[in-house]
Amino acid sequence: MSRMPLIDPVLPAFTTPSINYYAIAPILIVFGAAVVSVLVEAFVPRRGRRVTQLVLVIASIVAAFAVTLDLRGTRLVTGEGAIAVDGPTLVMWGALLLISLLAAFLMAERTIDPLGDAFAARASSLPGSEDERQFAARGYLQTEVWPFLLFALTGMLAFVAANDLLMMFVALEVMSLPLYLLAGMARRRRLLSQEAALKYFLLGAFSSAFFLYGAALIYGYSGSIGFVAISDTLTAKTAEGSLLAIGLALLMVGLLFKVAAVPFHQWTPDVYQGAPSPVTGFMAATVKIAAFGAILRLLYVAFGGMRWDWQPMLWIIAALTMLVGSIIAITQSDMKRMLAYSSIAQAGFILVGVIVATPQGLGASLFYLIAYGFTTIGMFAVIMMVRNASGEATSLAEWRGLGRKSPLVAGVFSLFLLSLAGIPLTSGFVGKFAVFAAAIDAGAVWLVIIGVVASIIAAFFYVRVVVLMHFADPTEETASVAIPSAFTTVTLTAATVMTIALGIFPQWLLDVIEQAGVFIR
Amino acid sequence: MNPENYIILSAVLFTIGALGVLVRRNAIIVFMSVELMLNAANLAFVAFARMNGNLDGQTVAFFVMVVAAAEVVVGLAIIVTIFRTRRSASIDEPNLLKY
Repeated sequence: MSRMPLIDPVLPAFTTPSINYYAIAPILIVFGAAVVSVLVEAFVPRRGRRVTQLVLVIASIVAAFAVTLDLRGTRLVTGEGAIAVDGPTLVMWGALLLISLLAAFLMAERTIDPLGDAFAARASSLPGSEDERQFAARGYLQTEVWPFLLFALTGMLAFVAANDLLMMFVALEVMSLPLYLLAGMARRRRLLSQEAALKYFLLGAFSSAFFLYGAALIYGYSGSIGFVAISDTLTAKTAEGSLLAIGLALLMVGLLFKVAAVPFHQWTPDVYQGAPSPVTGFMAATVKIAAFGAILRLLYVAFGGMRWDWQPMLWIIAALTMLVGSIIAITQSDMKRMLAYSSIAQAGFILVGVIVATPQGLGASLFYLIAYGFTTIGMFAVIMMVRNASGEATSLAEWRGLGRKSPLVAGVFSLFLLSLAGIPLTSGFVGKFAVFAAAIDAGAVWLVIIGVVASIIAAFFYVRVVVLMHFADPTEETASVAIPSAFTTVTLTAATVMTIALGIFPQWLLDVIEQAGVFIR
Repeated sequence: MNPENYIILSAVLFTIGALGVLVRRNAIIVFMSVELMLNAANLAFVAFARMNGNLDGQTVAFFVMVVAAAEVVVGLAIIVTIFRTRRSASIDEPNLLKY
């Protein structure tokens, strides 16, 4: 019996990859800052950590944004095909960086809560224990949230630029792992927070395992993990193997989990409710952008050739997501849970833009994602400010008559709600209009009809909250609005300005997206 | 030996892992089942690398091992915290978040 060689002799040798470091500088800047920020935790004295971390986070995000602006017009694939820096990537990088900066401001807020910021003094201390009291009394802060924020942002930036399956998997995990931990670090209601972290982690890990196995099957089918090579195989091989169909389905399970599409949405309400509000805002806005960026690139670049196979599948998922999200949101009595179901419904609307698989659909999805991101981060800023004696007042009953007590804050929140409902002169209307118009042009009339029905159902519960706040009398349990520091004020103002500006003058962003063009092949 | 057998083995392992996640009640066991699924994917990658005659799959397997190790760190941290709080690692017990 002859011994088989361990590897075939015809295999090519490894070559040094050529990397255009400037094109991926935004990822590298944020990643470098994340690493430095871990060192800050180790070496900077406790008193100086918060300030150092804040400076590091803000400086790195601003620097990365400046580089992203400078990169405009770039269209290249680097890192041996692993990373694509093209128009859509840059648009999403810009949106992710800006929204993360606003989320960082929310995480830095500590005047709203008399106890300090939104995070436990020591996440490792037992809830209700003497340790916990001691740490809180000494004014300890869990400054590790900053490296987590930067690592998660690194993952998101890499996720939207990933051009092969390995890069996409690694980016998916780099994005998710810090978020699992952040979800469990709330200062108040720690049992809920820890439970949210456990559920998010177990289900998230489960879904990424599906993604990975799908990647393995696609690799088995096409012999490559690069998107372009996969696309070439699709055209070269006429027979569609079961490996291909099952592989794509498993990949989509992993990605649709992240955007909270039905039937992979079960984690969303629990995690949105349990996680600290700044983290929920950060996660709700940015993960949606990053995961949809990845879905768009995967479906358009790698699997654009078999769109007749994935469109019907996504068609059903989009219809279910819109309807289930909107209908269940009506029954909710907790504000954060209601917003979780609303985010599920919004994922369905964005999926409509994804399904049409035209440049118009791509642009509409991008616009919708950006509009949704800014509105969402603003909503969670308001949720942080509406409080009672025991912390955030998230029960809808406690929002009754808020407009009489604090007209400004309730008015801003109503604006966000109306934007999500898609009322004209808000960013949500332009987004919905763009998505539905793209779908009509591509002939998906029935999907648009379902979408409009779902929008009407969704408008019911958004408007119900508006009515509850403005046209009902305050009761004993109506919450009060805490006065925020400059951090939250900046975030809230920016979110409001973007929601109105994108509603009344959407053209500049539409132009930016149009110039960005389509994905590079 | 035919590499296709390894693909079948990996599919079996993946299914066992997925079933384990769905039916087991202890968070540690659920997490071990997820790891089994990741390693089933690794096995598939290596077997496919052999069938396809290139090294991409083997490279992926190395990266996945590192990612899985990082996931263990995060996962055990969360599970141990829950265990210290509740004196139990059952995933049925944390049920404050509903409706």
